[in-house]
Amino acid sequence: MLSNRSFALRMVLWSLLRRRSRLLVALTGVTIGATVLLGLVSLCYDIPKQLSREFRSYGANLVLVKDQVGGRLSHEDLEAARKALPAERLVGLTPFRYEPVRNNMLPYTAVGTYFDDVKLTSPYWLVTGAYPAEPGQILLGAEVAEATKLQSGQRMTIEGRNTSQERYSKDFTITGTVSTGGVEDAFIYLSLSDMEEMTREPGLIDLVEASLTSEGTSLSHLADLVRNSVPDLEPRLVTRVTRSEETVLTKLTWLVYLVTVVVLTLTMICVTTTMMTVVMERRKEIGLKKALGAENKKVAREFLTEGLMLGILGGLVGSLTGFIFARLVSYSVFGRGLNPEFHLVPITVLVSALVTVIASLWPVKKAMEVEPGLVLKGE
Amino acid sequence: MLNPESSDNQILVISEVSKIYGPIKALQQVTFSVKSGEWLAIMGPSGSGKTTLMNIIGCLDSPSSGQVLLDGLGLDSLSSSELTAIRRESIGLIFQQFHLVSYLTALENVMVAQYYHSLVDEKEALEALENVGLGDRAKHLPRQLSGGEQQRVCIARALINHPKLLLADEPTGNLDETNEALVMDILHSLHARGSTIIVVTHALEVAAHAERTLVLEHGRVASDLKNPARQAHQ
Ligand SMILES: Nc1ncnc2c1ncn2[C@@H]1O[C@H](COP(=O)(O)OP(=O)(O)O)[C@@H](O)[C@H]1O
Ligand SMILES: [Mg+2]
Repeated sequence: MLSNRSFALRMVLWSLLRRRSRLLVALTGVTIGATVLLGLVSLCYDIPKQLSREFRSYGANLVLVKDQVGGRLSHEDLEAARKALPAERLVGLTPFRYEPVRNNMLPYTAVGTYFDDVKLTSPYWLVTGAYPAEPGQILLGAEVAEATKLQSGQRMTIEGRNTSQERYSKDFTITGTVSTGGVEDAFIYLSLSDMEEMTREPGLIDLVEASLTSEGTSLSHLADLVRNSVPDLEPRLVTRVTRSEETVLTKLTWLVYLVTVVVLTLTMICVTTTMMTVVMERRKEIGLKKALGAENKKVAREFLTEGLMLGILGGLVGSLTGFIFARLVSYSVFGRGLNPEFHLVPITVLVSALVTVIASLWPVKKAMEVEPGLVLKGE
Repeated sequence: MLNPESSDNQILVISEVSKIYGPIKALQQVTFSVKSGEWLAIMGPSGSGKTTLMNIIGCLDSPSSGQVLLDGLGLDSLSSSELTAIRRESIGLIFQQFHLVSYLTALENVMVAQYYHSLVDEKEALEALENVGLGDRAKHLPRQLSGGEQQRVCIARALINHPKLLLADEPTGNLDETNEALVMDILHSLHARGSTIIVVTHALEVAAHAERTLVLEHGRVASDLKNPARQAHQ
């Protein structure tokens, strides 16, 4: 036999299902709230990742040097550092070696590096001509090119002494010039292997630039990883880059939180208004139930259950539409989609149910004030 | 607290009841009593206080002054939740506008009264519908029923918990003659089985079915007479 509990549930369900147009109005409000909530929180999760990738175009955020003054790193140090850093966070790792050299009796600084890595860690380099691709090729800083009046395709002789004071001299072909507006403009770039061959001193690196995305654990934690696994190595955060990155991300996250709170409040107001309308429309029904001898708490429970169901349903639908919304935003702003964070769905449903129930409290209190006598009055 | 003059078969005793809405005196010093099993009609022009009186008898409202004894129990000292309990246990209400819950079937509308009273019992609810001739309409929604059918669902709902007192405010006010006759038939058979019935009406032919007619004017009892014109039923 049908129990009272299942009859009450049946009553609530029929009230939702057989009054479909009303259900839709209330549901739309809850769903929009849940959509924006899940959408924004999804973006909250994703924006730092996305922006962190964007930020990588501003250059390295971690620099590795030997911890004693004037000390130089080896290729083994470089590989050990590469191993210590989580591969999925590592955008690029570029070694640099600086040597004082001369050309036509004038002093310059030659820098040996790997150009493929430079492209990853310093994507902002503005190269006219081309990067050196073969042995014997060099790239001139814009100031050097101006001072020497040399151009792409011309040859340039570089001379110097290695640490053992042995002289060296080698001819290179210029492939292009690099201009950054910074120190790079004053350097002559060649591949690290060319430099090692020219100086007859392999295996020396002055510093390594690392470009790491900032999702998950903090950069300083990654720096500690390197410090602990490679002895004598001193990782330094490029605070100019990391600070501004952190500031922007923190501000953005707060902005999204703020918007979320505003949206939640608006949803609450919207649901309260809707529930208020529902209660007003159903004053006769409430009066009748009371006239039949319904206890206030039973009627209140019916309305709150209705609110709860609206909340759960709106939360489920809103999770879906919210994800689509976040994906669209992500596409149009960052040009790439975002993966659904499925654990946000139960949270959204919970919050939506909670908000709906809280928003129903005041209307339900109003419903309790309905006079049962109104059923006899010909209103 | 029992009225010493009234014998124990007085189910309702109203003494000097007044109801005041600000400047409006809806009821003034109304006094009368109803015997168990009696059928009383209340008449009077619009605004004379009929509905106000029904609300007070039905425990839907409290008088401003005066005393109401329902089956020996004084209502004036009761809290609103105690009044709710009395409505649930002792009062059956029939309305001019039927007041069925729009999203529930005829059967479910009867079960609503069971649900708030004690326990739902689908079989008993169906029997109640059969008793008013609506056994085949049990699964219909109110909007799929005619006015007369809706009123009979309302009557089935009013009777389902075996109330001591059946109150009907203009029960035939929205019905045509055929359905009016159907409803009056049902009231007659209830009366024959011993139900106490109070019917508010402005139609003489409806009042004529009752044993006694009380007339209100400006909130006062203008007359209270045994019904000479009572139609012999069937
Ligand atoms: N809730 C109320 N507030 C103010 N005045 C009321 C209220 N209910 C009824 N009245 C007034 O009391 C008088 C009697 O009303 P009512 O009992 O509805 O009359 P009837 O049912 O006989 O037409 C009317 O003048 C009506 O305007
Ligand atoms: Mg009236």
